[in-house]
Amino acid sequence: MNSQLLSLAIWVPILGAVPVFWVGSERRTLVRWLSLAVAVAGFLITIPLYTGFDATLSGMQFVEQAPWITRFNAQYLLGIDGISMPFILLNSLITVLVVLAGWEVIEDKQAQYMGAFLVMSGLMNGIFCSLDGLLFYVFFEASLIPMYIIIGAWGGPNRVYAAFKFFLYTLLGSLLMLVALIWLFLESGGSFNILDWHQLRLGMAPQILIFIAFLVSFAVKVPMWPVHTWLPDAHVEAPTGGSVVLASIALKLGAYGFVRFSLPIVPDASHQLAPLMIALSLIAVIYIGFVALVQTDMKKLIAYSSISHMGFVTLGFFLFNQIGVEGALVQMISHGFVAGAMFLCVGVMYDRMHSRQIADYGGVVNTMPKFAALFVFFAMANSGLPATSGFVGEFMVILGAIKFNFWVGFAAAITLILGAAYTLWMVKRVVFGAVGNAHVAELKDIGSREFLVLGVLAVCVLAMGLYPFPFTEVMHASVDNLLKHVAVSKL
Amino acid sequence: MGMKTLYLLVPLAPLAGAILAGFFGKLLGRTGSHIVTILGVAISFALSVLIYQDVQAGNLFNGTVYTWMESGGLKLQVGFLIDPLTVTMMLVVNFVSLMVHVYTIGYMAEDPGYQRFFSYISLFTFSMLMLVMSNNFVQLFFGWEAVGLVSYLLIGFWYTRPTAIYANLKAFLVNRVGDFGFLLGIGLIAAYAGSLDYAEVFAKRNELATLTEVVTGWPLITAICICLFIGAMGKSAQFPLHVWLPDSMEGPTPISALIHAATMVTAGIFMVSRMSPLFELSDTALSFVIVIGAITCLFMALIAIVQTDIKRVVAYSTLSQLGYMTMALGASAYSVAIFHLMTHAFFKAVLFLGAGSVIIAMHHEQDMRRMGGLRKYMPITYATMLIAALANAGLPPFAGFFSKDSIIEAVHLAQVPGAGFAYFCALAGVFVGGLYSFRLIFFTFHGKERFREAAHDAHHGDHGHHGPAEPHESPKVVTVPLILLSIPAIASGWLIGTILYGKWFGDAIYIAEVHKGVETMAEEFHGVFGMMLHSITTLPFWLAVSGAATAWFLYIVRPDLPAVIKQKSGVLAIILEEKYGFDRFNDWFFAGGARLLGRGLWKGGDQVLIDGVMVNGSAGAVGWISGLVRLFQTGRIYQYAFSMIFGVFALLTLWFNRA
Repeated sequence: MNSQLLSLAIWVPILGAVPVFWVGSERRTLVRWLSLAVAVAGFLITIPLYTGFDATLSGMQFVEQAPWITRFNAQYLLGIDGISMPFILLNSLITVLVVLAGWEVIEDKQAQYMGAFLVMSGLMNGIFCSLDGLLFYVFFEASLIPMYIIIGAWGGPNRVYAAFKFFLYTLLGSLLMLVALIWLFLESGGSFNILDWHQLRLGMAPQILIFIAFLVSFAVKVPMWPVHTWLPDAHVEAPTGGSVVLASIALKLGAYGFVRFSLPIVPDASHQLAPLMIALSLIAVIYIGFVALVQTDMKKLIAYSSISHMGFVTLGFFLFNQIGVEGALVQMISHGFVAGAMFLCVGVMYDRMHSRQIADYGGVVNTMPKFAALFVFFAMANSGLPATSGFVGEFMVILGAIKFNFWVGFAAAITLILGAAYTLWMVKRVVFGAVGNAHVAELKDIGSREFLVLGVLAVCVLAMGLYPFPFTEVMHASVDNLLKHVAVSKL
Repeated sequence: MGMKTLYLLVPLAPLAGAILAGFFGKLLGRTGSHIVTILGVAISFALSVLIYQDVQAGNLFNGTVYTWMESGGLKLQVGFLIDPLTVTMMLVVNFVSLMVHVYTIGYMAEDPGYQRFFSYISLFTFSMLMLVMSNNFVQLFFGWEAVGLVSYLLIGFWYTRPTAIYANLKAFLVNRVGDFGFLLGIGLIAAYAGSLDYAEVFAKRNELATLTEVVTGWPLITAICICLFIGAMGKSAQFPLHVWLPDSMEGPTPISALIHAATMVTAGIFMVSRMSPLFELSDTALSFVIVIGAITCLFMALIAIVQTDIKRVVAYSTLSQLGYMTMALGASAYSVAIFHLMTHAFFKAVLFLGAGSVIIAMHHEQDMRRMGGLRKYMPITYATMLIAALANAGLPPFAGFFSKDSIIEAVHLAQVPGAGFAYFCALAGVFVGGLYSFRLIFFTFHGKERFREAAHDAHHGDHGHHGPAEPHESPKVVTVPLILLSIPAIASGWLIGTILYGKWFGDAIYIAEVHKGVETMAEEFHGVFGMMLHSITTLPFWLAVSGAATAWFLYIVRPDLPAVIKQKSGVLAIILEEKYGFDRFNDWFFAGGARLLGRGLWKGGDQVLIDGVMVNGSAGAVGWISGLVRLFQTGRIYQYAFSMIFGVFALLTLWFNRA
């Protein structure tokens, strides 16, 4: 099976951005439709990755291999397993929705805006299917650039500060990763192949150091407490599309790094430092939950809620049982839908009111009933209501946590109360009540394009909540393989 | 068409109605919407009757519909368990739901959200059916949260009212506290039994009973049962998680009857009965259950005495009755609890729907101080509510008598620690129950016609545009459900012989050998008439009668007395009117405390420590160090020359003095 699907998934959006830039922002209609065509093509390409995926295999599939930088023995090595495959589909789907969401609201430099998202989409796919350490690093770093530009160019009033904070935080983190990658390259006798590194025997001390180097890089990206403070700022300043991609995909990169690098390459250090990871995750779940409660800015609130939900992901990984790890992966996918939808909802209101302050709203349901129904639905998913995707991952991780240690499960389950409290309290103040002010009274309900975007996500959230079986089914073999691998000491 | 298809249709028919009325409400119109939803529930009810007959014939079912998810050796499925307990619940839920659907046509006639309302109550019926028909914990939890969601939507149905959207948020969050415990219980079961299927878990229960929880060292089965019961405390509004139920009265009255009296709040009672094979293994858990039930039963009943809002009286009465059911669970009399659940569903639905009928007649006035003397204007409402009040007070031959009396007897016979206290509360609760039930009847339907004075008051509320019109009986869509529901409110108690002592529940409920309460009661049971006759010689009967008589004396003979008593009782009256201060405490401690903590962590943790000290601090440190380094780069030749000479001397000194 020598398909070029993964290359296509990476390069179609990136190269597709070229004509988008070339057409230029003056021809708005053409730019929009062209961007949409590229995004849809990018999504359609990824569908065979699911339909042609053999869930019984634990190894890499759709592998592509070519020499790249021969001097360093770096290769253009791509491949996916049950862990990475869902994220490529998620990423490509979200790109389509982001293009649609920016259809009318982006008036300034639309070609560049759309192009940046298409490039980013390709780079993200590159991250998820790179099996070469150097290639991964290049994609990982390159993806910072379009996001930096999106926040810096189309962001809010404080965008430069936020873009800088975002860039410096993530760059500093990944420099340590580069050190670790080079060390692994030397230690493995000159290989950048991640799968070779999985087999590399390492002592405890280097394992710990490598773990910490990766941790700093990935923890910033997730983000984990206490290196999370760039995220609320970045979200607040980013345009809606930027927030959606940031929440739905970019945050997943850090979490993905843990399963692709930390756990299999340094399993003994992972076990050794698991208590630390679990503690940091629980702090994220509880501490950040309380912080989210008192936010007055909707985007900040959802940003904090994202951090709290990502706490479940890192918690699940370091429980080292199957339901915990799979739950974490499910939570990542679900969070992609739900957080994306929540940011889109805020975007819908922001486009009309030019305010993100909860206090400026009240009684939105009176003037926007269709929107309110969808917003309440996503809020419920964000609170982890059964039959929505938000429940599945949390439920699995909590079950895994109780299996691991009752008190860890106890602490994690507090999210049931906190998540509902901060989400629904916001809903109460924004959506319900009598019409809050004259601006709310003039609101127009969502149009068909907005309805389509939110509707697609609502269907995804509901489908995954009612029937998560296909999602976990594709992961089993890979997660099983991972856990078996992690259980064997490398000392 | 196999039976499995029928089982599937039972929840799906109301779901289809909900979807049609919810998404195509405009297209269907008002009439169309209530037709499809009523049809859905009617089909579901008819099928339940069929399935009941099938179960009577001995055909039970336990099977899977589809596999929801599989992970880590845990196979989670959606499936049905059809046994006598399930089918009893299906009948109760569908019957009350059907009556409420019909009643709603009249009650919500003028409401702009008519279709939405029908969609919600049908969705509720679907969720509740999924809950009771489940054969596993995941689906149980789904139904559990789904009914909570619909309750949230319905309490906040009139979303422009600040009190309504406060109440629905409160209800959801308090329920989430219960669900927190519930989920931990489910997690413990999954961790130790390796399955979430009822049958598989029950098969392993003796093994579970020998284990202790590894980390905490608690006896496993006790931990599981108490965690599960915390879930029941939320849903079934047991002390101290009862606080959401009175506020839920902000919702339209039909849902108070359906959700907050007859069905959803009894989910906890049902769940514990379903889990009887587990609860029977832990006397500690049973003791916990009986004490919580006892507290709820008596102390909530006391609050009902001082309430003046007609719906709130009924709400506190519901809390008290739920306390009775919970006590029965603690006394290992699960069948009795379910029996009371059933009779209560009927008579409490009548009380709520009757209250709703009064509220319509009073143009949405709910304060009983502005009612009085309504019996001659609303004879049907009066008669049905009187029946329900008699049943609620537990007087023969009404349904409530049989179930309540059995609970008192079961609690009397119970041996678990706390049973003595529970028995006292149960008896005291009977007196208080008689008092508040008849206070409601006398206050509303007898005495002076105070609404005539009220019409002149400034207080008109939102609906004050009506003049001082004569109150009149509600339309047929309101009275017919009242009449139909009051039939079982009288007669369902007569089934006591069949339901409690006739192997009605078969193997669905398990009682340990040592818990002999129900067995003893069965030996002493000599028919319906025997039980009624015997009751006249017992304490509960006379307590109920004296409660009713006290109400008669206070509100008919000497209507001036209540005010005097209130004045004399001082602190006691304040405590009751403040509802023991739970609301204030929760608002201050939990809501206020959480916000304070959140602000502290945000401002102190994120902004000061992390952003201020760590992030900007490291940026500051870089600046400070570079400032220091800059000091040495002065650009003055003599300074450079001097430091060079100094350095050369230092090096030479070191070189000459080397070892």
